[in-house]
Amino acid sequence: MKKNIIYLTIVFFIIFIFTVFYKGLYKKNVYTPNELNNNNFVQFSSKDLFSEVEINSSDLISNNKFTIINIWSSWCMPCRIEHPFLMELSHNSKINLVGLNYKDRSNNAKKFINDFGNPYSIILIDPNGTISIELGAYGVPETFIVNKDQKIVKKFIGPLTKKNLKEIEKIVNR
Amino acid sequence: MKLKGLILLIILSTFFYQGDTIANNNNVLVNKISKNLRCLICQGQSVYDSQSDFAISMKLLIKKKIEEGNSEKQIYKYLKNQYGEWISYDTEINKKTYLLWLFPLLLFIFGGILIFRKVFINQD
Repeated sequence: MKKNIIYLTIVFFIIFIFTVFYKGLYKKNVYTPNELNNNNFVQFSSKDLFSEVEINSSDLISNNKFTIINIWSSWCMPCRIEHPFLMELSHNSKINLVGLNYKDRSNNAKKFINDFGNPYSIILIDPNGTISIELGAYGVPETFIVNKDQKIVKKFIGPLTKKNLKEIEKIVNR
Repeated sequence: MKLKGLILLIILSTFFYQGDTIANNNNVLVNKISKNLRCLICQGQSVYDSQSDFAISMKLLIKKKIEEGNSEKQIYKYLKNQYGEWISYDTEINKKTYLLWLFPLLLFIFGGILIFRKVFINQD
């Protein structure tokens, strides 16, 4: 009886360890903060890329529109890929599209906009990347949808796709 | 005149020394906090070790938060809110981590009982 208990305990222990490691093999080991841990839109102020006027983040939120904040940079290749989608979004009257230029040179950012078009109503600069970190981003490009109550309702990590555009339209037309 | 100059020099040097000490203390705290945070870009490295854009910005943000008067605890709480529990190397005890914390303890107790039985009870 005693031997059986020890035998069963050892077998159970081996099965447990095996299951944990086996499950671990198939688990994605790259962490992505996909979920919105904190949906409060942080307050910040930054300069406009073109006019260099200091602007407060609360001034960006409109009462009857969704504000979409897109973090981009001229040196970021995926930003070029998503740019046509942003141009398409800019035609939507229910959206106020704001650009946050991440760790970029002013001249390069302006050239990028001149070459590919300006989808943004305003472009703020984030020269040392701290504003993006405060927003909860960890790279470029990232896009945040903010509602009129200053809550982030959705966040997209990486370049926007056609599928994401449909998702955005669904959210703003709700 | 010389005495006045000397006093002024002492006051100024004390002032600059204090400023320097505060800056040094802040840097020590930035290093301490960033060593306990995972970098989301170079996963496997701490924010302190990583040279990614994210880690560099993160260190600047931590410094800014310290200068604004936030405590170490508040900064961890803030970052966990933004990026999730994963960002910290220091795992909290909660529903999801009970097993992680309790399992080694259970194993230790189980092993202890086995050793105790083997050594003392079998001797009798």
